[in-house]
Amino acid sequence: MSAATITAPAKAHSADTRIPLRSHLRHIGALARRNLLAIKQDPESMFDAVLMPIIFTLMFVYVFGGAMFGKGHQEQYVNYLVPGLLAMTGLNIAMAVGTGINEDFRKGIMDRFRTMPIARSSVLIAKIVSELFRLMVAVAIQLGMGFALGLEVKTSVLHLFAAIGLSIVFGASLMWIFILLGLTMKTAQAVQGVAMLVLMPLQFGSSIFAPTNSMPGWLKSFADYNPLANLADASRNLLQGGPVAHSVWLTLAWAVGITVITAPLAVARFRNKT
Amino acid sequence: MSVAPGTLVRMKQNDIPDGGGTAVQVRGLVKHYGETKALDGVDLDVREGTVLGVLGPNGAGKTTLVRILSTLIRPDAGSARVAGYDVLTQPRQLRRAIGLTGQYASVDEKLSGFENLYMIGRLLDLSRKDARRRADDLLERFSLTEAAKRPAGQYSGGMRRRLDLAASMIGHPAVLYLDEPTTGLDPRTRNEVWTEVQGMVREGATVLLTTQYMEEAEQLADELTVIDRGRVIAGGGIDELKAKVGGRTLQIRPADRSELPRVVGAVAQAGLDGVAGATADEAEGVVNVPIVSDHQLTSVVGLMAERGIALAGINTHLPSLDEVFLAITGQKTSTAAEDTPADTLQEISA
Repeated sequence: MSAATITAPAKAHSADTRIPLRSHLRHIGALARRNLLAIKQDPESMFDAVLMPIIFTLMFVYVFGGAMFGKGHQEQYVNYLVPGLLAMTGLNIAMAVGTGINEDFRKGIMDRFRTMPIARSSVLIAKIVSELFRLMVAVAIQLGMGFALGLEVKTSVLHLFAAIGLSIVFGASLMWIFILLGLTMKTAQAVQGVAMLVLMPLQFGSSIFAPTNSMPGWLKSFADYNPLANLADASRNLLQGGPVAHSVWLTLAWAVGITVITAPLAVARFRNKT
Repeated sequence: MSVAPGTLVRMKQNDIPDGGGTAVQVRGLVKHYGETKALDGVDLDVREGTVLGVLGPNGAGKTTLVRILSTLIRPDAGSARVAGYDVLTQPRQLRRAIGLTGQYASVDEKLSGFENLYMIGRLLDLSRKDARRRADDLLERFSLTEAAKRPAGQYSGGMRRRLDLAASMIGHPAVLYLDEPTTGLDPRTRNEVWTEVQGMVREGATVLLTTQYMEEAEQLADELTVIDRGRVIAGGGIDELKAKVGGRTLQIRPADRSELPRVVGAVAQAGLDGVAGATADEAEGVVNVPIVSDHQLTSVVGLMAERGIALAGINTHLPSLDEVFLAITGQKTSTAAEDTPADTLQEISA
């Protein structure tokens, strides 16, 4: 007797086996909810999002601020530094995505997801959704910290939101890189190691902490092409006034470029992972 | 149709007609990992509404088989159809027809029991209301209602397996895979899981069960396929296989050792079919009688009473996996023969 006698669920009979958009969104919602419930269950996982902006701001303002602008004039450095740190927040949160997905993948629950009739991309997109939540918390704390130490928005609220939006869009694109990394590397520690290696030059070889004018030529060229530096410039000029068009467009181009290349690779990697 | 709350009822569209076609059909399945032949040409069938036990030692290829049949990995050669869908060309439809409970419970430890089941209901396109109701029903059925709000990470091993089983049942799967469902569980918890599985089977579930334990296969399976080193080395009904390997051994200890020959004589006259004769073990003071059915057990015991032989002890024991292998192949299992449940428990907790 042939296997064809088994009546399969009605839905499977349709010739089109693609997941309808509404179902896709529902799946992403259910999985994002899972990630958020996991954060609720394990609040320590928010430490990086909450503490990093506070510690970085305090450390740099009081260690370097005085040296650069003279004792008692740290608030001038606040206005320089905080827009740059806003740009860096996305990178810090994205880094955690890589280690998180690597660990998540070791768990049996991933096997269950991969044997369910859902698009495999929905697991990754849900991860991005819940990480964006973490990123927004980090951005809010970063700005709160900045305002507490004397940050001024010299432009308008609209410019402020543009700067926030830009950081979040760029951060989301970075998350795809780290998801790809997390799915490719064998251990969470390895992901962490590679991430740090990439992170340090991008962070410090940029205009985030200090203007690039005083850097040697080679480093200044690196900083000029460093997408993080572009974002820092865009963010700073949006808040403090100054030309923004070039750096904003360049940052958006980077964000789109990174996503277009790494997102499909990450999904393919996830699909073929055994 | 009225249904008591908490009972599992197949949805109409997944009902498997009686009389049974083939729910799982595997032909010439091959999967190599470098030099290792995880599967080396496996054929098997699971008839609808039955439980096929796939028995084999660690590393025999059982988990590879389940992973291919649940579309987690692709075979190198051969074909497999589940509920009529091809694992290679129709993975998405196939996924809708299966439920998987793995060796390591595939539930989210940070989520509560309820949230785990609710999430899976939503992923299977149930409405919020239906997902909630289905989660509650299954929690009740698997006796997890009291623990519903606790994170699954705090569950005992048995509770976690039960939650895992519940999660696999949400979509009313046409075929359920149980990959070593009790490996690493203590005997009491193992019985809990067996009871749940037997309940599902009574309701007509089609199950592919992998196990290392002959006892588990006997408890749950209708038919058995024995695999070793990626190959099927024996198959058939439980009784057939038991007849082949000698089934259970009945051990009779007469109160008086001098009665040993009388016991042997009595058993010989009982005319048991399909088994080798009784043998007396003088050193132990017992007679070993291979039996293949409960009926034979009853008649042997009855005979002792009839002959007025006073007994000091009587018990039966199942052949171990190793004895089964020895009987089939004349060889010990390919992996460590002393792989006992206790060892496995330590491995997992380590």
